[in-house]
Amino acid sequence: MTGNAYDFSIITKNIDQYLVLHWGPSMAATLELVLVGVLYLLIYALVGLLLVYAERRICAFIQCRLGPNRVGPQGIFQTIADFIKLLLKENIRIERADKLLFFIAPFIIIVGSFLAFGTLPFAKGLHALDPDIGLFFIMAATSLGVIGILLAGWSSNSKYSLIGAMRSGAQIVSYELSVGLAMVTMVILTGTLQLSEIIEMQRDGWFIFKGHIPALIAFVILLIAGTAETNRGPFDLAEAESELTAGFHTEYSGIKFAFFFLAEYMNMFVLAAVATTLFLGGWMPLHLGNLQAFNQIMDFIPPLVWFLVKVFAVIYIIMLFKWTYPRLRIDQLLSLEWKYLLPINLFNLILMSVIVLLGLHF
Amino acid sequence: MTFSEYISGIFRGLQSLLKGMRVTNHYFFNPREIVTQKYPENRAQLQMFERFKGEVIMPHNEKNEHRCTGCGICEISCPNGSIEVITQTIVTEDGKRKKILDKHIYHLSMCTFCGLCVKNCPSNALDFGQEFEHAVFDRSKLTKVLNKEGSTLMKEVE
Repeated sequence: MTGNAYDFSIITKNIDQYLVLHWGPSMAATLELVLVGVLYLLIYALVGLLLVYAERRICAFIQCRLGPNRVGPQGIFQTIADFIKLLLKENIRIERADKLLFFIAPFIIIVGSFLAFGTLPFAKGLHALDPDIGLFFIMAATSLGVIGILLAGWSSNSKYSLIGAMRSGAQIVSYELSVGLAMVTMVILTGTLQLSEIIEMQRDGWFIFKGHIPALIAFVILLIAGTAETNRGPFDLAEAESELTAGFHTEYSGIKFAFFFLAEYMNMFVLAAVATTLFLGGWMPLHLGNLQAFNQIMDFIPPLVWFLVKVFAVIYIIMLFKWTYPRLRIDQLLSLEWKYLLPINLFNLILMSVIVLLGLHF
Repeated sequence: MTFSEYISGIFRGLQSLLKGMRVTNHYFFNPREIVTQKYPENRAQLQMFERFKGEVIMPHNEKNEHRCTGCGICEISCPNGSIEVITQTIVTEDGKRKKILDKHIYHLSMCTFCGLCVKNCPSNALDFGQEFEHAVFDRSKLTKVLNKEGSTLMKEVE
């Protein structure tokens, strides 16, 4: 098996030993914390910028346009230029806003998505956190976002913001249920919440193939409900540009606005990564039955590449949602969740339980 | 809503959603259908459209003849006063006094491209040109004389 050739835990262990040797255990631990933190912050910002660029290009192509193509080759530095512009912009202070909450809200949102980002397994041994309640932790961390959104809407002292935040609250509370149940469906199959173990179980086949129909249904539901939970189109009622200018972040400017923007895209990344981990085998290469030569070639591709390719494929599907469908009305949104997704999900849960109990899965 | 309607509704909905996604997906993977022009680079090959209103022009034929009789209807119909028609009276060979066009002055700086002059001209003397790069360093360059030097009226228009 060549799978161990790309084991990142060997590298991290070596770095750890080197640091402990030179700095002592306590100093090494502090240094590692700082190193990992800085690295994750960098990756977080870079992936966010890349996603903004990707979205602008993809939506442009879908609408028969070109999109940003002037700053750098094919416009790849466009979002970096935008980010620098946002950094230099004035932070407008809102009269009669709740100063403290107004200040805190963007940080709560970004902390929520950053915590979830920290638990993602990028490759074998390449994750900052691997708690044995990984999936549960991600659920909890991503639902922090709704507090930030509500705070932002309330503290802005603006009607648009408040309406946007309230809509978003109703939406996230409803769709959290579907996301959770879709995950629980898969947890019944895996029997564990630890992300690294879930991936390890998919060595001989991804769950979307192993789990029969219920896994497929759960995948579709997770994508739909997850799109709604990240406040993306067609479920972007919280922002609804044409009705609420920008919804809960109407009053924010400069770097705080950039935080909201970045957090939205990183939430999408986290959702895609969770979907990849649960259904598409995380960083596991694609193996087809007993085709030894094919499997060998697939093993040769590094797991990090596998992970990113799968995540971006899922992100592309989510982006297609946004640029294909018109925005739902609030009653349509709630009836989709409570009349369709939730009953299907519960039925799916029972189906999966029966399949697992009878041992019908591979 | 019966149960079977509920189930068939889900499948019909899914089907139409997938149909929509197939269309957008097709556009994404077929970038040849992009309509955006890369303007400054493709200036040489740039083809504007027939309907494009770049500026008002007066077409002349190869014998340097135009169709303007100098009646002044375009000047009257222009809402901004961007057209001035200056005529002169000449005496023809058979001793008749006749009004002909001397200068058709067009102020591009005031024109809103509403097209009333082109539409109202009784002898179709005016038309829209495709030229759109109008930036100049001096405002006076935006005032143009549409009839060319030494041009005369076409015989069939009289």
